[in-house]
Amino acid sequence: MMLDARRRFLSALFVAACGLSVVLALVPLGLILFFVIGSGVQALNLEFFTALPKPVGEPGGGMLNAFVGTLILTGLASLMAIPAGVLSGIYMSEYAGTRLATATRFAADTLNGVPSIVIGIFAYGIAVLPFRQFSALAGGLALGIMMVPIIARTTEEMLLLVPAAMREGALALGATRARAVFTVIVPAALPGIVTGAVLALARIAGETAPLLFTSFNNRFFSTDLRQPISSVTVQVFTYAISPYEDWRRQAWAGALVLVSFVLACSVLARLVTARIQRGWA
Amino acid sequence: MMTATTSVPVPTARSGSVPHEPVGRARIDVRGLSFFYGVTRALDDITLQLYPNVVTAFIGPSGCGKSTFLRTLNRMNDIIPGARVQGTVLLDGEDIYRAGVDVVALRRRVGMVFQKSNPFPKSIFENVAYGLRINRMAGSRSELAGRVEDSLKQAALWDEVKDRLQDSALALSGGQQQRLCIARALAIQPDVLLMDEPASALDPIATQRIEELVYALKQTYTVIIVTHNMQQAARVSDFTAFFWLGRLVEYDRTDRIFTAPAEKLTEDYVTGRFG
Amino acid sequence: MRRELGFRLVIGAFAVLVVGLVVAIGVELSRQSWLSIARFGLAFWLDRTWDPVAGEFGALPFIWGTLYSSGLALLLATPVALGIAVFISDLCPAWLRGPLVFFTELLAAIPSIVYGLWGIFVLVPAVRQFEIAMPELLRRLPLFSGPPLGVGMLAAALILAVMIVPFTSSVAREVLKTVPMAQREAAYALGATRFEAIRSAIFFARTGIVGAVMLGFGRALGETMAVTMVIGNNPQISPSLFAPQYTMAAVIANEFTEATDDLYLHALIEIGLVLFLITLIVNSASRLLIWAMGRTARPAARRVELGAAA
Repeated sequence: MMLDARRRFLSALFVAACGLSVVLALVPLGLILFFVIGSGVQALNLEFFTALPKPVGEPGGGMLNAFVGTLILTGLASLMAIPAGVLSGIYMSEYAGTRLATATRFAADTLNGVPSIVIGIFAYGIAVLPFRQFSALAGGLALGIMMVPIIARTTEEMLLLVPAAMREGALALGATRARAVFTVIVPAALPGIVTGAVLALARIAGETAPLLFTSFNNRFFSTDLRQPISSVTVQVFTYAISPYEDWRRQAWAGALVLVSFVLACSVLARLVTARIQRGWA
Repeated sequence: MMTATTSVPVPTARSGSVPHEPVGRARIDVRGLSFFYGVTRALDDITLQLYPNVVTAFIGPSGCGKSTFLRTLNRMNDIIPGARVQGTVLLDGEDIYRAGVDVVALRRRVGMVFQKSNPFPKSIFENVAYGLRINRMAGSRSELAGRVEDSLKQAALWDEVKDRLQDSALALSGGQQQRLCIARALAIQPDVLLMDEPASALDPIATQRIEELVYALKQTYTVIIVTHNMQQAARVSDFTAFFWLGRLVEYDRTDRIFTAPAEKLTEDYVTGRFG
Repeated sequence: MRRELGFRLVIGAFAVLVVGLVVAIGVELSRQSWLSIARFGLAFWLDRTWDPVAGEFGALPFIWGTLYSSGLALLLATPVALGIAVFISDLCPAWLRGPLVFFTELLAAIPSIVYGLWGIFVLVPAVRQFEIAMPELLRRLPLFSGPPLGVGMLAAALILAVMIVPFTSSVAREVLKTVPMAQREAAYALGATRFEAIRSAIFFARTGIVGAVMLGFGRALGETMAVTMVIGNNPQISPSLFAPQYTMAAVIANEFTEATDDLYLHALIEIGLVLFLITLIVNSASRLLIWAMGRTARPAARRVELGAAA
């Protein structure tokens, strides 16, 4: 009887500890969101989105160049990464047993685990050094490299969920393998593939380290791909470590925009995933 | 070890059906066919002929190889790793396993309907049009629509879907989806239609409609149907082949198989002594 | 079959591209750090003095800082992460599961720079208050010595811990999912308490959980922005939690664009190369563990990586 009580007590303690960990994790989340929203909203106005940065020390100004820069960088990255990621994902699912598929899977997972700063160094070596200048292209390359493994693995996963009967049906009608894949299987898995791309996009839009020495930064408005370009993340970093109060407030505003974007993408991804799961059930 | 008789039996007309003239040349001629997955022998030295404009049923207990044999006729077994074929399968005199044969073209001529209906997640129209599009069989938009309508009519589905061709195929009932898959297969005008237990996943009413359809289709096509339901085979087919453990045990006119089979094994199976 | 060969070659080429990328990164990093490797050799990693102005490049402080911060973060984060994983997979009511998973995903998705921003303006002042409030007696210990700056190892470890909790917990959750229900049912049928039944499930999944923890460690090793904004960026080796120190990723981020000569740059890139190799080894080992565990349970281990990736 004593033993039972002790065991029950331990169990209750354990359950309480687990519940406490949940609270412990949610507290920082709450604090971060609280501060980001609280401090960021103050500096959020029309000027923030439409104006260029003012010279050092002068109050006001905005992050227009940074927003455009991030748009361009993520656009470049997507252009490079989506075809490469989707096609290698198709290979991994269509030829799943082969050595190349296993190697690709391993490589994709490895690439996922490489610190983003290291990818930045790589992009620096092959896209900045030879041309002796920082550029949007180099930044896009770094971000693209980070997107590829995410897109490849989600594409593979989504394609494997499509029932094999679909492929058989298409082949029995005289489709070649390529036709069956591109006209039946990929369209069937498309919502999931797109979700993967959206999540990858959300992840790289928030990256700073790989841009520090590839796309660098640019105080002025620029859309030239071969010149350094501003980005929301690098701009937030620059403002955050500066001593100017006004810049720091704008840093919070920039952070708020980033978090809102990431939140929107997460919600979208969840909604689509839920619909997919209902569809297959 | 039993093989089919090599003489050409004359199909007798069933009551109420349109009599057709005696068949001459076999549409599909299988000789000494064995099939392996890796080291496993799934089919053992099968020889028979399949005639045009009749319904031939393959029956036998589960795992006897009837579906595997069906799939050798349109080379769908090619996608299984380690698949190996010995012997010949002649379609109108030409060996479909000869090196250099265009499998894609073969599958146009020998169509297939699967056990579990597998419509594509597209509209009803697009499902039927799929085969036409990839095989470039329709010139204009109106020709395409015409052929789709034809196929749906042949599959006895047109009246039920003609007002909602753009709806998703997945919204149809099980029986309707299966008829859609039949329409999809018919759209590319195959010579032979292979049906792998087409009604096994359906309720009795839907099953009856499929059976009526199969009976009607033989006017135009060579129909080969795999079924585990002996009564279905007796109702619907003109010829029946009985398989057991990868071997062809007996092949004859359906009425003979079910009333006076030559082999004891066949008799035991059709009288239900083993399933 | 000729047509299929074309298809296979084209998409295979992209698969090869992915593999090639990993190889290329290793090659390029080695190429660009050659000067430093040739000049200093192994001594690079044993020398404690990092003084680029004087031409002295000793990288030991960065190894120290990286291992200390990541190790401490791991210590703090692992119990919390496992607690969350267990709670979500075994203890919480069904209606709560979805929202909790969503919130942990949100925590994982917050960009590093936002963590860093919050770190500088919220965490560091709080840590500074904590340091100031520390009783004199404890301050004499080497663990708590030094002026209360706020920035330093403690702040870095705390922020890293918060960042790796969602990651480790989602991987651990996927691992726990692969434990067959029969395991827990058997325990309950024998009259086990919740704690005991879950403990047996955790024991069953121990290889995978170790893998999950290691993956979290790998993630912490490479974290850059949040760390560099709160760690103080001082290349010193100190056991004190309060002392500003430096990590491998942080020094690269800070000094890369300041590198005035090739040797300096190559030294930084050599640090990047070793960081690459360390994370490669840690991540591969952890995935191996998770995969090995998945084979004994159900072949669903692959989903684990996807939970981590997205």
